[in-house]
Amino acid sequence: MATKVSRRAVAAGGAALTSALPLVRAAAETIRGGVPWREGAAAAPRAVTDLEGYLYFTAAEAAFIEAAVARLIPTDELGPGAIEAGVPLFIDRQLAGQYGRGRRWYMQGPWAEGLPTQGYQSRYTPAQMYRVAIADIDDAVGREVGGATFSQLAAADQERVLSRLETGQLTLRSTHAKSFFQLLLQNTMEGFFSDPIYGGNRDMVGWKLIGFPGARYDNRPYVTRYGEPYPLPPVGIGGRADWGAKS
Amino acid sequence: MPPRKLPAVDAVMVGFGWTAAIMGLTLTDAGLKVLALERGDWRDTATDFATTFDQDELRYYWRHELFERLSRETLTIRNNPSQTALPMRHLGSFLPGVGVGGAGVHWNGQVWRFLPSDLKARSHNIQRYGRAAVPADMTIQDYPVSYEELEPYYDEFEYLCGISGKAGNLNGKILPGGNPFEGPRAREYPNPPLEMSYPPKLFGEAAASLGLHPFPHPAANMSRAYTNPLGVQLGQCSYCGFCEKYACGNYSKASPQTTVLPVLMRRPNFTLRTGSEVLKVNLDSSGKRATGVTYVNARGEEFEQPAELVILSAFILHNVRLLLLSGIGQPYDPVSGKGQVGRNYAYQITSSVNVFYDDKILNPFIGAGALGMIVDDFNGDNFDHSGKGFIGGGFVGVVQTGARPIETHPTPTGTPAWGSAWKKAFARDYLKTLSIATHGAVMSHRTNYLDLDPTYKDVFGRPLLRMTFDFTDNEHRMSNFLTDRAAEVARAMQPREISVNYRKGSWDVVPYQTTHNTGGAVMSADPGSGVVNRYLQSWNVPNLFVLGSGAFPQNAGYNPTGTVAALTYWSAKAIRERYLASPGPLA
Repeated sequence: MATKVSRRAVAAGGAALTSALPLVRAAAETIRGGVPWREGAAAAPRAVTDLEGYLYFTAAEAAFIEAAVARLIPTDELGPGAIEAGVPLFIDRQLAGQYGRGRRWYMQGPWAEGLPTQGYQSRYTPAQMYRVAIADIDDAVGREVGGATFSQLAAADQERVLSRLETGQLTLRSTHAKSFFQLLLQNTMEGFFSDPIYGGNRDMVGWKLIGFPGARYDNRPYVTRYGEPYPLPPVGIGGRADWGAKS
Repeated sequence: MPPRKLPAVDAVMVGFGWTAAIMGLTLTDAGLKVLALERGDWRDTATDFATTFDQDELRYYWRHELFERLSRETLTIRNNPSQTALPMRHLGSFLPGVGVGGAGVHWNGQVWRFLPSDLKARSHNIQRYGRAAVPADMTIQDYPVSYEELEPYYDEFEYLCGISGKAGNLNGKILPGGNPFEGPRAREYPNPPLEMSYPPKLFGEAAASLGLHPFPHPAANMSRAYTNPLGVQLGQCSYCGFCEKYACGNYSKASPQTTVLPVLMRRPNFTLRTGSEVLKVNLDSSGKRATGVTYVNARGEEFEQPAELVILSAFILHNVRLLLLSGIGQPYDPVSGKGQVGRNYAYQITSSVNVFYDDKILNPFIGAGALGMIVDDFNGDNFDHSGKGFIGGGFVGVVQTGARPIETHPTPTGTPAWGSAWKKAFARDYLKTLSIATHGAVMSHRTNYLDLDPTYKDVFGRPLLRMTFDFTDNEHRMSNFLTDRAAEVARAMQPREISVNYRKGSWDVVPYQTTHNTGGAVMSADPGSGVVNRYLQSWNVPNLFVLGSGAFPQNAGYNPTGTVAALTYWSAKAIRERYLASPGPLA
């Protein structure tokens, strides 16, 4: 029996800006007679291919982000940090896409403060959160240090500001310092350790730092090699840069 | 515009994951014309989970590709009735699925049977420890079905999935290498255990040195190629470390897609409609008979689907909400203790101990969802609880699901969360750290329940479900006890250092814990203490069946899917052999 698929509605996801994720499909289909099969329908990821310039961040916001992520994952004697990994661009592309708009989040009011056990209760999407929090932080720093912005502070002073955000000791006008700090730290870790197709973890520097071999498909030969170093270099969904080189 | 009325079917199933796949097999086999309504999309291995792109931590875990979209519907949460519940705005503590296969697509594949005594939690504990062992507000009750009755159906699911494991109790005979505390099983697991990687091996050796009884975690990850009784083939697991929160592209993890759907979808009397969200179960004027369901498609068009038999086979939280929205049964009231729908919501309590080595490379990224060594010495009533101040227990073990690097940051207590000191500690410890997990039961309690929220609405304007839940003293004492036992094994492993992570304070929606939500549509021996009878048939509406973990009167110290599936087979058999011949109450 041939599989029958009748499509009632397709592609209600709408056009996204630059999104690292596939569009949300919302199809109503009647399927009978077997497992449906469509040629060329793989739900492949959307890579970030445009690696030049910021789409979401303003120049002032970019200055803050570049300074902040360099403190969160610094370049040091262990090697590259968040800057070399491309974390600022990764975050920018995330905020410009569906994630930044909170497309999967429940964003209906009424809004209330809530308890810590009730989680995120801000009315801001991730993109809006970055916008208001960065402005508030630069404003607070400016009032304390005679007009300077966060990115103009010395590294040690930047670390002190970040610590005060982390503990909630720095009060922001529009949002909770701790909520923003947790979001920034999470997105920074994502940019450092996610697959390189999303614009971060360039040259797999995050994976190389810790010894994670990436999107390895078959580990069967190594399961019982107790205590032995894993012999293969990391690989991403898009392969490895040196696969393109002539040997 | 009134809903368009569609031609009637014999049975309509709401939601298309594990329970609907199993029920659909039986009902189509019995010759019924069966329709499954699924609000998500069609998904299949080759198209949606291909090995060329499925090992993607950002997309699948952190951006929730396989999980429910809370923008359409979420629930509100609070710890007790004195608080105002607020919406869970993004996912955290638990991760319900959406789409064909449900959470059976992104589960780990940890398949357990409950202990015989777990199914008699109230009478067993009172008999052994006295009435005082069950406080007045602990609303636990016996399952109205015994382990002996469920054994054939646990077995059927294990063979459907091709579970890799080692029997510990074969027809009453205790076998070395298996779980000596398990209930008797009629035959061995269909596949041998997975090969153990270094972390579970080290745990097993240390646990044995302390006189405990380690055994391999029963796994729906294939230790070898397997053809199930339906003739569907699965391939050997490649230990890639992307099971939990991910789909398997390798046909190596049992899911509805890899075990049932190739057969069920071909049956001429089966139809699946995706993008179809059920709004309510319709009742006739007597209120005692379901006439079908009303659903809305992706274009917002409403349909009335008449059916002789209505099966609620969505996730527990949606099944309970549909009962409440449809006015079926009496909503539970925690003050008077009256009403059944939403009563006895429970969960799981977890904790961990991190073990840091200097001298052992563990390669923690080598993993599978249920690749682990476990001890069950402290689960259920496998040990004497006298004087301990709690009942229940949980398993303790190392399950090496795969140390994905955004999620897994093992650093010793006191390490900063960022900066050079963090970077140094993470780079030093990532390959040389393992985590011992504890997985504890949650007893039901008078003020832990589900009802409809008075304020917040879903995308259709319907009230959200409201969850009122917290861990009680019983859970904290029990979990602390398990954590201390885990720490003893950790010290016996002779590491550089350990860090002990007790579960402290109130239940918190933020950190991921487990998607083991239970209760609210409890199965019971009498209509006053539950929503469904021992065959999962509604006490109020006999042509309505409610599947899933909502039927659990309280949760045990094990992952729920094995028991969810066994109860579904048990219910399906009763429908086929008794209900269809004479539709009406089965108990």
